[in-house]
Amino acid sequence: MASVMTEADLRARISAFLAEHEPAAAATGSDSDRLAFLRARFDAGLAWVHFPTGLGGLGAGRSLQPVVDDAFASAGAPDNRPGRIGIGLGMAAPTILVHGTDAQRSRFLRPLWTGEEVWCQLFSEPGAGSDLAGLGTRARRDGDDWVLDGQKVWTSMAHVARWAILLARTDPDVPKHAGLSYFVLDMTAPGVEVRPLRQLTGEAEFNEVYLTGVRIPDAHRLGEVGEGWKVAQTTLMNERVSIGGGAMPREGGMIGVLASAWRSDPGVRTPGMHDTVMRLWVRAEAARLTGMRVRQQLAAGAPGPDGSAVKLSFATLNQQISAAELDLLGDEGLRRDSWAMGRPEEVDFTGRDAGYRYLRARGNSIEGGTSEVLRNIIAERVLGLPAEPRVDTRVAWKDLPR
Amino acid sequence: MSDVLDVLESPDEQDLRSGVRDMLAAECTGQSVLSFVSAGADAYDAKLWRTVATGMGLAGLLVPEAQGGAGAQHRAAAVVAEELGRAVAPVPFLSSAVVATTALGSSAAHDLLGRLASGELTAALAVPYGLWSAPPRLSSQYGAVTGTVRGVADALGADVLLVPADDGLYAVEGTAVRRARIASLDETRPLCDLEFTSAPARLVAPVAAVPSALRVAAVMVAAEQVGLASWCLDTTVAYLKERYQFGRPVGSFQALKHRLADLWVELTQARAVVAYAVADLADGGDDGLIAASLAKIVGSEVAVRAAEECVQMHGGIGFTWEHPAHLYLKRAKATSVAYGSPDRHRARLATLVDLPLEAS
Repeated sequence: MASVMTEADLRARISAFLAEHEPAAAATGSDSDRLAFLRARFDAGLAWVHFPTGLGGLGAGRSLQPVVDDAFASAGAPDNRPGRIGIGLGMAAPTILVHGTDAQRSRFLRPLWTGEEVWCQLFSEPGAGSDLAGLGTRARRDGDDWVLDGQKVWTSMAHVARWAILLARTDPDVPKHAGLSYFVLDMTAPGVEVRPLRQLTGEAEFNEVYLTGVRIPDAHRLGEVGEGWKVAQTTLMNERVSIGGGAMPREGGMIGVLASAWRSDPGVRTPGMHDTVMRLWVRAEAARLTGMRVRQQLAAGAPGPDGSAVKLSFATLNQQISAAELDLLGDEGLRRDSWAMGRPEEVDFTGRDAGYRYLRARGNSIEGGTSEVLRNIIAERVLGLPAEPRVDTRVAWKDLPR
Repeated sequence: MSDVLDVLESPDEQDLRSGVRDMLAAECTGQSVLSFVSAGADAYDAKLWRTVATGMGLAGLLVPEAQGGAGAQHRAAAVVAEELGRAVAPVPFLSSAVVATTALGSSAAHDLLGRLASGELTAALAVPYGLWSAPPRLSSQYGAVTGTVRGVADALGADVLLVPADDGLYAVEGTAVRRARIASLDETRPLCDLEFTSAPARLVAPVAAVPSALRVAAVMVAAEQVGLASWCLDTTVAYLKERYQFGRPVGSFQALKHRLADLWVELTQARAVVAYAVADLADGGDDGLIAASLAKIVGSEVAVRAAEECVQMHGGIGFTWEHPAHLYLKRAKATSVAYGSPDRHRARLATLVDLPLEAS
């Protein structure tokens, strides 16, 4: 085991750093002042303290991260706009850390954390949603490169992303899980075409990404050829804790919106709605306290299937709460701000109007693993219940019906 | 509502848990509880209680050290309550070592607390099992109390009854009270009706001690419910792995797997909520009534659901007297009513968190 970084050690480092780098000036200064501050924070190991030294961390316990974040926030330091780089922070970074080479880690992690480079995730395809391992985007070896052809979908942030984590089929002649490899794709490479995908909210927060003869150097492969599924598990486990797993105060998130609506207009109250609001308030608080406990459990380890539970209840609750808000508001809830096709660069599930919140929440049980897939994961990996009989795991991918 | 409360179990608590669980595996099996209930004779399992209270020294966890106890060990008490719930153990830990002991507080009744801590005596708070707010008060006159209380948990075998009266909480000898056993929904924690007729009584605490005891009761019964629900889930999962129908383990059908996954999520949440409420108690109780009501709501809901699913997913065998599932169903439903049903606690919570039905 490496160092035992105590909270006191950490606080001393933070104070020393803040004494040397004026936080408020960086926050109000130019973009380059801001960036210089963030780069220095990364280099001091105060970005994500549980990462290794030299990669933005100090090899400290994960539980110490809030100490750093709180100290920088209260000093008025600029942040890395986490809402814009959620996929990088939550999914790409932990995957690169675990499976990347030294060269990959030192190339990608710093600009990822500072927000200089936005990341997106090229996993889902029109023919491979819940059955992710059945995906068909082909990667063929050509000298030191791989050549990719295929189509990805449901890709948040692809329109602003510099890099993507990508799963592709390198061998169609073996069963589906065994023929996948995992890559880092340069989104500016020739042959990458990003098209907006308009959602039922009216916005085009997601994209379709078409890949036509796109070349990826083999040096941008993460993990061994054929081990893409294993690498993807790291991404997916982290994704599930990054959706709905963040720390928040009581009445943070969607329940706070509903509670405010209840308090602000006594005229809309009915006994039936009161019961609904109280039941949802209790479930939301239970979910919040569960998140707190899961984070304490995570403090030393990596996310396990518990993250699936956090994400599952987050999706269910967001849907029930946003639906209750529309019921509560009645006529007023039927007025939308606009149906214009916006291209948001940050997503706020609790933002805009009640109609948006209700509609956007429908996606919560689809994105990042459908609620049905998450229930299977809990039933099989946590409870150890047997899998349904399957017809697709021993046949070569190319011979599967589709 | 601090985010810094430690809601994880310490190594000491883990040791305590496995010690209690091992003891119960040997001395409190489904079959032994079934025999106890089928006989319907005793107020509680006296042999098991001796082991818990005296043998393992767990009756005094909440008794102050000055009175011979361990001194407000709420985290440890919650571990014990959870394990006893897991075994539907017919012992008066909750009613005597938690509720009555908390009501006595660090009161004048030093002798009583010491004897409760050693397991020499048991006591019961003479209030209806479902009480969640101000207690009904009996009349007291010249050091004696008169009146009736219906549906009191574990009063049948209690050596001492703590009786809320006009001007305080009184201790009355169990033998000085007329006690009528009720055929109770949950016979592992039988109820009885009490009739006091000028029963000699000693003032031991203010009546205000009752609400604080009920708050601790709500949290500890929720811990018991978490244990109960986890037995139901574990037992059902194990059964569905070995039970074959249609040539497959029944547990491979998604219709059942998804329900059990949802139950696991709900149980995980209940565990977190109860851990938070216990940590809050141990920490002095800043978030007091909110945390307790949350725990009681979430614990009750998961216990009832787990027990109902346990019966349903066991199919025919789950509906029989010989299978212990019904013991858990009855304990779950009875504890859901105990110390305030979820609906009562939601009503209280609405006031506490400023979400009232009526405009203020």
